[in-house]
Amino acid sequence: MSYGPVVIQRNLDFNICRGEVFIIMGGSGCGKSTLLKHLIGLIRPASGEIFYEQEDFWKVDQVDRDRIIRKTGILYQSGALWTSLTLSENIALPLLQYTQLDKNSVDEIVSMKLALVGLAGFENYYPSEISGGMQKRAALARAMALDPEILFFDEPSAGLDPISAKRLDDLILELKESLGATIVVVTHELASIFAIGTDSVFLDTDTKTMIAGGDPKLLKEQSCDPKIRSFLSRGMEN
Amino acid sequence: MSQEQLSSETGVSNCDIRLCRLDDGTLLIDMKGHWVIDNTIPDRSQISNFLESSQPIHQIKIQSSDIKRWDSVFLIFIIYIKKLCKDRGIECRTDELPQGVPNLLRLIAAVPEVQGLRKEKTKKSVLFRLGELTLLNYANFCRQLEFLGELCLSFKRMLNRTARYRSSDVWLMIEECGPKALPIVTLISILVGLILAFVGAVQLSMFGAQLYIANLVGLGMAREMGAMMTAVIMAGRTGAAYAAQLGTMKVNEEIDALKTMGISPMDFLVLPRVVALVLMMPLLCLYADFMGILGGMVVGVGMLDLTFVEYYTQTKAALGMRDFNVGLFKSAVFGVLVAVAGCMRGMESGRSSSAVGEAATRAVVTGIVWIIVSDAILTVVYNALGV
Repeated sequence: MSYGPVVIQRNLDFNICRGEVFIIMGGSGCGKSTLLKHLIGLIRPASGEIFYEQEDFWKVDQVDRDRIIRKTGILYQSGALWTSLTLSENIALPLLQYTQLDKNSVDEIVSMKLALVGLAGFENYYPSEISGGMQKRAALARAMALDPEILFFDEPSAGLDPISAKRLDDLILELKESLGATIVVVTHELASIFAIGTDSVFLDTDTKTMIAGGDPKLLKEQSCDPKIRSFLSRGMEN
Repeated sequence: MSQEQLSSETGVSNCDIRLCRLDDGTLLIDMKGHWVIDNTIPDRSQISNFLESSQPIHQIKIQSSDIKRWDSVFLIFIIYIKKLCKDRGIECRTDELPQGVPNLLRLIAAVPEVQGLRKEKTKKSVLFRLGELTLLNYANFCRQLEFLGELCLSFKRMLNRTARYRSSDVWLMIEECGPKALPIVTLISILVGLILAFVGAVQLSMFGAQLYIANLVGLGMAREMGAMMTAVIMAGRTGAAYAAQLGTMKVNEEIDALKTMGISPMDFLVLPRVVALVLMMPLLCLYADFMGILGGMVVGVGMLDLTFVEYYTQTKAALGMRDFNVGLFKSAVFGVLVAVAGCMRGMESGRSSSAVGEAATRAVVTGIVWIIVSDAILTVVYNALGV
């Protein structure tokens, strides 16, 4: 992956299995969010392929790419809610665009999604009228609107208080269990990584490549790389 | 998403519901199939119709062990049935819901809605809205006066050399609204001169007085059109830009950051912009005057068979320094107005993307309105002064 001539990461090779909670972690500036943007089709890789099941994402037609993207839900780092629409309109947009549901059903689904993230009753509020944490949760509700198979979260706990962050972790686990969704999370919240992560990849800023993968709890104990052990124990280990 | 309990099925995948009244007064609702968003969900009024029927129902039992796939539409159906039961005081039993559904239902009900926070879109009467609008406009007017007052204080600080801004910003703004505006000012001014000449040519040639085209274009451009057209161009170009820049800075909390650092946004942001435009406008106006005269010359020489020398001499005879000064003073005034309109609308902007667009639009409209009004006032004043 690169921005122009500057290479951010190279030689990345990993698989994300269905039903996993896959953590993309690394130090600041290592390219985690950039990697996520590549996975969701916003940036084309400088070289290499991205496969969704058996389909090579960048070799198929735009129509197929749209179909693949529709099966995903994305939570952006700052929410990315549409500021000129109410929360209800934000969440209803994908439903109205891609399904044939009538307005009442759409409203009910919207209310249900908002209730799921603890924002019941805030349907007619604009994003500028609610706090940052609430905007994050509303953005999560929007990411889940079409009950996607794959969910991408970019720093979901950033800006949330500890209780909300824990609630979010619980919600992620519930989504995995109930909907069977595959979840890809970019984060460096250690509590979340250990609470919900089942597989991971660690991107290194210095060597500009991935240096580890697997269950985070195992990584913390058994990794040979001191950088990873230090990261996962919050710098306590020396 | 769905939880598939058997291996994937292809072909027809419908969702089905069957209502059956049992002898003990229980309504058995049997749901089977693929309850997903892509399918047509059965009409839910059949359930309420059943409940309205003569025989009373004491309990509703939902059976869903035959569900192959489910997603949100299934959940809202279950929620609907539960609400129906709660409203009528009937018990609702959901023993065999698909795996994951009970947990989701629990999560949905976990954080109850806080009372009194729901915003309803109510219809307000015309009188109410009129009153609201009046109060809003009055508040806006007061805010605008405040802005102008702050700006005057800022000017005073600038003259005292206590204003905090970067001189490099002033030069940047000067470059933006001076040299970079030359192409469009050139184009429009030449065309305006051309049009003026064209309009007059027909009438004047009836009297054989084609030569006076030079007077028409020269005086028209120098006294009026040079200043006004340039000001309108700058309102659309620079006024909107100022509003959008300041509006976006407001959204990104950059203006808050300046305030909390003890730097007045008026000194740092608005002052350089106003100063730059006031300095550049007269120069652009002068340039526009000459370009307009050039445009008139094209018509005079090309269409009316005048010679360059004739046109030039006539123009020189018709125009005096006073005429140019009249236009230049107007343009300076217009410069202040356009810059103030742009910056004011930008600082007033709301915090959403559409609000920034709206601020830019209002900057242009306000700027143009102020230009025309002040033009009228100045014309009357000039007339009274005999200028």
